Amino acid sequence: MTKTNDEIWPDEIFQVLNAHRVQQVAYVPDSGHTRLIQLCHASSEIKAIALTTEEEGVALLAGAWLGGQRGALLMQSSGAGNCLNMLSLTRICRLLLLMLITMRGQWGEFNPWQVPMGQNTEPMLKLAGVLTFAVDDGRRVKATVAAAARMTFEGPAASAVLISQQIMGAKTFGK
Amino acid sequence: MDKDRSKRYVLHRREVVKQLLDNRGDMLVVAGLGAAAWDITAAGDVPLNFPLWGAMGGAVALGLGLALAQPSRRVLVITGDGEMLMGIGSLATVAIQKPENLAMVVLDNERYGETGMQCTHTAGCVDLAAMAAGNGISVCSTIRDEKDFNTTLPQIRNSAGPCFFNIKVRAEDLPLILPPKDGAYLKDRFRDALLGSDAAAIR
Repeated sequence: MTKTNDEIWPDEIFQVLNAHRVQQVAYVPDSGHTRLIQLCHASSEIKAIALTTEEEGVALLAGAWLGGQRGALLMQSSGAGNCLNMLSLTRICRLLLLMLITMRGQWGEFNPWQVPMGQNTEPMLKLAGVLTFAVDDGRRVKATVAAAARMTFEGPAASAVLISQQIMGAKTFGK
Repeated sequence: MDKDRSKRYVLHRREVVKQLLDNRGDMLVVAGLGAAAWDITAAGDVPLNFPLWGAMGGAVALGLGLALAQPSRRVLVITGDGEMLMGIGSLATVAIQKPENLAMVVLDNERYGETGMQCTHTAGCVDLAAMAAGNGISVCSTIRDEKDFNTTLPQIRNSAGPCFFNIKVRAEDLPLILPPKDGAYLKDRFRDALLGSDAAAIR
């Protein structure tokens, strides 16, 4: 069965990362990023690095760039808050950083504990000096990530793509 | 907590770091914020030093990203016990990645040096080398005196990593020897020294 545009966006993000010669992809798992993480682990061009907490990824990718490699950082929105102080490193050293954030607490969320961070993710990132690119249509993910990647790597800039729950579907735990 | 214990430790951090960096060759050095950054600067401010002025908890993770990007170069992370405790999960991340070129040294004076020398958890029962070992980092030890240090120095410089050394150093107030403060400058001079003309091209 042919996949619809709504289902191929993780593969399309992977293509964009390769086109921009990204070599380190750090992540804390999220169900929305499952397919992309699998692709990165299977890749010979990309090193996939599991983190214990998201701010490790901000520091790790700072080191990657000091060593000449580009990176991307995958997380869900609840992890964005964990990065806040570490984003000072990105800003003060004028480092580049591409974050791909799958949203929670935003559109039809069943778990109210996800809502405070989900609602604050974009304003918090803006306050930290991160460019934000929200996308709520699976057909627009590739172009959005490409735009963010371009502004990151041509920058240097710190950018975050916020992938809506409208694209992934809200988690229900079967409820 | 034993707040007096580390006043009696025999190793002095500045001398330890001076020896770690003596004839360092092309080694890349990352220092955690505070005293560790002043220590590497006291041994000589060079472009292949990356001293942090903030980003507490990030030194080991930053060293890991650098070690993965530059597998042919030795990467040495030197940090303090408070900084290491804040990023302790990064030892698990390092252990999974197993970078052979990464060595980590904690200068453990059991104090938060920049905020008034308050005790860290290592002034109590917390053992950083045991935490590293528990993560599966196979080369790790605690160094308490000059004999241990001299024996371990070749390992820190050359042994296949990842390796982790917790060096118990005396709690002492030392003159501030500060590296450049501009992060963008520290980054650019590091990349220019490491990557040369590629630094611009890699953009």
